[in-house]
Amino acid sequence: MADVLADRLPLFPFRSPDDDPFTPVTGADLRRLDGPVTRVRLPTGGWTWLVTRHADVKQMLRSDAFSADMTRPGFPLLRPAPPQTPQNRRGGFIRMDGEEHRRLRMMLTAEFMVANIRRIEPLITGVVDDALDQLEAAGRPADLVARFALPVPSLVICHLLGVPYADHEFFQKRSAVLLDQGAEPTAVRDAATGLRTYLGTLIETKRTSGRPGDDLLGRLVSDRVRTGELEIGELIGMALLLLIAGHETTANMIGLSVVLLLQRPEVWRRLRDDDAAADGVVEELLRYLTIVRTGLPRQAIRDVQVGGRLIRAGEPVTALLSLANRDEEVFADADEFDPYRQAHQHLAFGFGVHQCIGQPLARAELRIALTRLARRLPGLTLAADPATLPRRDMSIVYGLAELPVTW
Amino acid sequence: MSAHVEADRDVCIGAGNCVMTLAAVFDQDDEGLVVVTQPNPDGVDPELLDRAAVMCPAAAITVKT
Repeated sequence: MADVLADRLPLFPFRSPDDDPFTPVTGADLRRLDGPVTRVRLPTGGWTWLVTRHADVKQMLRSDAFSADMTRPGFPLLRPAPPQTPQNRRGGFIRMDGEEHRRLRMMLTAEFMVANIRRIEPLITGVVDDALDQLEAAGRPADLVARFALPVPSLVICHLLGVPYADHEFFQKRSAVLLDQGAEPTAVRDAATGLRTYLGTLIETKRTSGRPGDDLLGRLVSDRVRTGELEIGELIGMALLLLIAGHETTANMIGLSVVLLLQRPEVWRRLRDDDAAADGVVEELLRYLTIVRTGLPRQAIRDVQVGGRLIRAGEPVTALLSLANRDEEVFADADEFDPYRQAHQHLAFGFGVHQCIGQPLARAELRIALTRLARRLPGLTLAADPATLPRRDMSIVYGLAELPVTW
Repeated sequence: MSAHVEADRDVCIGAGNCVMTLAAVFDQDDEGLVVVTQPNPDGVDPELLDRAAVMCPAAAITVKT
């Protein structure tokens, strides 16, 4: 969009200050926002309304006046859209609205419900303990991202879905490209095609075998594909979404959490010594770190008021979860990390019908990974200055690309 | 006076916040959708009831007092 005014707007997405990976927006950018609902410039040339207050973000994400369909002309994009085909959109229900979204999501809700995640906690514990054994065996110093933060959720989601973990290099590399808002459109297309082909072959093997397997994809093949309720192309898209969301988010939360906790020895000790404290610490980590830093993009499909502003039909809007989670109206001293606070109202998992379906799994993984790490390696320390660690500033999922530690 | 709790299963998206907040009142059925196990809960912290309603991403929970 050639818009002279838009050129003067602050450029989005924002970055953390150089010396502080936890603060989501620099003071300079924050001062340029002229209200709780304000316009910012997008790297693709257009602009979007940025919604930053907790109450406004909740209202917006619960409202059906907004579409999540990024193929709509005028949708706020952080990178140019790769060439779209009906095929590569199929099953990606995170980008669908209304009944189309609900139909697919409902096929998965039981898989991630609280009771079922509780049932697999021993599996998560086993995965975490194995990763810790290997970390110790490999010796110090070590990259905690490569040795622990990434393998743990990757192994767990592979087990749940029925995807061979042996292929982790293939899918981790491509999912990082899909999340990188600085990636070239052709690289994005190739990564998506590669993953779809890979998952398609895997699902086809399950479908044609006599026993599709007692895992999520196998169950969907047996219960939904064979009954004609779900098409293979849709299942591939759903599998792609779960595979990426299932490991990238938790992996980056673990990495950032460890950096933060090692700078607060009293909280690190609490995690080690007090089982009852872990849930509260995890909620506050989710609030404080809010790793979906680029916010949730939507487009208004009718005129709607948000935070006293009229958003017109067709206008782009972005819910900035990271600032909503620092809203002083809801969280006193919001810029402080406080493991004792009631952080449960945070919006780190989003809000509305698209709220993270895997949140019980994410919470369990974080709690188990962090408490067992604190117990196994109580003397864990950073082997690098946190300010110099490479960050994923342009990824939809913010975090650290590596984390050198010793013990 | 005890509160009355209702949940709209047609809008529930099975995120499970209510079960996490107050398992004494809310559960998920075989499809992962909300079930109110105690529509007129006794001896439950009213703040937790309100929290379950406020935190429901789909606004599926109503608490009447």
